[in-house]
Amino acid sequence: MILFFILAGLSIAFSLLVVFQRNVVHSALALVATLFLIAVLFLTLEATMVGILQILVYAGAIMVLFLFVIMLLHPGALEGRRTLWWTVGSVGGLLLLFEFVRLLVGSATPAAAPAPSSASFGSPEALAQSLFNDFVLPFEIASVLLLVAIIGAVVLAKREM
Amino acid sequence: MTAMMIDIGIMAAKALLVLSMVLNLAGLLGWVERKGSALIQDRIGANRASILGFAGLGLVNTLIADPIKFLTKEDFIPPRGDRLLHTLAPCVALFPALVTFAVIPFGDVLMLGDREINLQVANLNVGILYIFSMASLSVYGIVIGAWASNNKFSLLGGVRGSAQMISYEIAMGLSVMGVLMVYGTLELQAIARAQGDLLWGWLPAWGIFLQPVAFLLFFTAAVAETKRIPFDLPEGESEIVAGYHVEYSGAKFLMFFTGEFAEIVTAAALVTTLFFGGWQLPYLLRDGFHFPWGTTLWLPHLLVVLLQVGAFTLKVVFFCWLQILVRWSLPRFRYDQVMRLGWKMLLPLAFVNVMVTAVWIVASQNSP
Repeated sequence: MILFFILAGLSIAFSLLVVFQRNVVHSALALVATLFLIAVLFLTLEATMVGILQILVYAGAIMVLFLFVIMLLHPGALEGRRTLWWTVGSVGGLLLLFEFVRLLVGSATPAAAPAPSSASFGSPEALAQSLFNDFVLPFEIASVLLLVAIIGAVVLAKREM
Repeated sequence: MTAMMIDIGIMAAKALLVLSMVLNLAGLLGWVERKGSALIQDRIGANRASILGFAGLGLVNTLIADPIKFLTKEDFIPPRGDRLLHTLAPCVALFPALVTFAVIPFGDVLMLGDREINLQVANLNVGILYIFSMASLSVYGIVIGAWASNNKFSLLGGVRGSAQMISYEIAMGLSVMGVLMVYGTLELQAIARAQGDLLWGWLPAWGIFLQPVAFLLFFTAAVAETKRIPFDLPEGESEIVAGYHVEYSGAKFLMFFTGEFAEIVTAAALVTTLFFGGWQLPYLLRDGFHFPWGTTLWLPHLLVVLLQVGAFTLKVVFFCWLQILVRWSLPRFRYDQVMRLGWKMLLPLAFVNVMVTAVWIVASQNSP
């Protein structure tokens, strides 16, 4: 429980850093730290597979590509934050916060006690079972979607050449 | 309570043992690299430093004089660089290289009294995925270091390094797929155990015999991941001075350096575990040697465990030496050659290997 609050506090602190840093690289690195901490949260919930995949895919692969693009484009520090978008974003954020607080207050009692985890919970076998039996159609549709995105990117890149 | 204390003590002892083994081996590799390269190039090699006239084949040079030099050098941070990230980068580079070893088994179980000790720091059911996730984090050391130095050569090295490591991670992951399919598990200890079986009653079921193509692909990708010649484009001293660590000196440079050698050790341990039986010695079971021609040689338990750990260490040392041999035998690739090798040769070959393995497994299941 203490561990959860430490992790949660740290990940909130880092995610605030993502937003409030002026330096893009610092923001990206703070996002890496946030994703890593969320992966550790998964590990404390005995979801080893999901936690490791979170590190592998998000912290390891996607954020490296983010940094790669940032380094290639090399933007300076962001200036001029008080624009129209800043106002629009703040209003949207406040609305979201209001909704969250309303939901939290509405369900003051904690959700039903978590189901007792079996020995195989969170193992690669259990994950594969649900992914390739119960949810095989959404899984395949998602993979087709990714394939379409890849082909689209290749087509766009070819047109530029 | 005491049982728990003993368990924690055993865990700590194992972690400490593995960590010190990796770091010591990494340090010794520095000596092997300098003396070995001298041997390969018909030179004498490091022999200038000595204590009371004793140079110890260059050991004094590389194990005593070099660290003192590194640790007492000025720690230079580029004035227009990023102080925090410049300091953080070497730590980030060293961390994944050291923690990867946690899931690699260095022996079977050791029985002490009525206690079974699994000779592996952490037996995760996602073993190999953990290794890949740590490998994917190792890019950050380079990228952060390169960016924080505020130097165009560093930045070029960082961009090259991140592109290269992402490319070869994919080929590396796919090449391991075949091995995982054959042994049907992600746990490294289970993979090492499965390699104790015999094919046709005499050939150990090592990964190299079941998945020879995967071995070649994996070894190539692993060498590329360590960023050494012939894949040292991120450093490329003739083009971009020293790439991502051009602005590093003293202890921070030593950390990058140690990280590189620790990566070599980890790569060697992975190759050993996945393809060369891990801690298995052919025909050695838990109670002694059972030779295929019927002879049996009973051995005490402690001797068996020692033989297994010794076999593992010997194999790891051999593959470390092989990597150093590769590094001093080949010239550096051009960048387009590195990319072509990764994407157009290793990746399709790994795909074909996975397909062929799948067909082979299904066929062998249907015709018992």
